[in-house]
Amino acid sequence: MSIERILTAREQIEAACDKAGRPIQIMEVCGTHTVSLFRHGIRSMLPKSLKMLSGPGCPVCVTDQGMIDVVIELAQRDDCLIATYGDMIRVPGAGGSLETQHRGNVKVVFSSDHALALARKHPDKTVVFVAVGFETTTPPTAVALRQAQAEGLDNFCIICGHKIVVPAMAALLSARNDKIDAFLCPGHVSVIIGADAYTPIVEQFGRPCVVAGFEAGQILEGIARICTQIADQKPQVESVYGAAVKNQGNPVALQLMDEYFETWDGPWRGLGVIPGASLRLKDEFSRFDALKRFGFAEVPTEEPAGCLCGRVLCGLIDPPQCGLFGKKCTPDSPVGPCMVSTEGACSAWFKYGIK
Amino acid sequence: MCLAVPARIIEKDGDKAVADAMGNRWEIRITLTPEVEVGDIVLIHAGYAIAKVDEDEAAKTWELFEQIAAMEAERKGKSEK
Repeated sequence: MSIERILTAREQIEAACDKAGRPIQIMEVCGTHTVSLFRHGIRSMLPKSLKMLSGPGCPVCVTDQGMIDVVIELAQRDDCLIATYGDMIRVPGAGGSLETQHRGNVKVVFSSDHALALARKHPDKTVVFVAVGFETTTPPTAVALRQAQAEGLDNFCIICGHKIVVPAMAALLSARNDKIDAFLCPGHVSVIIGADAYTPIVEQFGRPCVVAGFEAGQILEGIARICTQIADQKPQVESVYGAAVKNQGNPVALQLMDEYFETWDGPWRGLGVIPGASLRLKDEFSRFDALKRFGFAEVPTEEPAGCLCGRVLCGLIDPPQCGLFGKKCTPDSPVGPCMVSTEGACSAWFKYGIK
Repeated sequence: MCLAVPARIIEKDGDKAVADAMGNRWEIRITLTPEVEVGDIVLIHAGYAIAKVDEDEAAKTWELFEQIAAMEAERKGKSEK
């Protein structure tokens, strides 16, 4: 990455902020961007009138507590193996986390493919894959389902916590959240859904949407494009991650998602129910649904007392404004999900200090 | 969680492939990018290639990994002294 690119972007940001003549608040939707902004010290390079808000783009942080409780309950059964991405195991449910509550039957996997391999290896157990994540991890789940179907692997099922990003962005703006002037859009989600997916946000709400990758130069270039759009009052969809992101996304992945999943009005932890922002298995694949297989009805959820993760995820407050931050809630002993995940806003603020 | 790494496809067999990033090799699936060939560079997320990328894009990330590795080595060296 060249220093020149960084300096040029920084100059453009300063010029645009001057021209705009008002404070600008940009939400970085993606948790990986949150971490990258801190790690590269980008926040300290920005003009005082420009503020970055951390968004709801950390899958662990927005996974409903009711779902975590169901997974922990399944982990108590001798006939189940839980296959989960490593990020999930420390998330506290009502009575502990997967890390503290399992009986040797929780396996960390790096891919849905590994979960399938577990099902092949343990025909006497039901493998429950904890399917969380946005549009990046959803297509791999769909591939695993297709493979399980093809092989007749009846002991494989999923608990579906997949979510989609654009309806959540719309919901944040619909809630009359006038703190968000623009979105820095997630790089790898955009590889799947394509830059064009953000067009409704620009058309309905007049907010700039710029897709960026994760290295410092690219993030700064993305921020520069946003500030320039705001200064010129010309909101549009742009991408500075052309190397990987196409306007139409990845058609194979989108088609697979569409084949197995449908949207529904599901709960996001801390945010409540967001219309059309959660995914569930289509009816014809309900035999792969762990909730149906084990007879779970919908689970009511209760947020931990005093936890303000919901307000953090909406960009309404910074993590240190929560009374639990750094006191009762730390990465070693987290209360809310934003402190658990390394990509959670609270964890990043705690680790890298306050601006 | 949405991190992805670029790696070069060095073997391909149906929808399975072997990818190489800076000498590290592992088995991936190319189900989502059926068009890729041996020699192409792809972004890999959760064991699946999700997009083909160009040489420049991959070089930027690999360079960053080398810098991080060098920083870590330096830090380790200091803490051992």
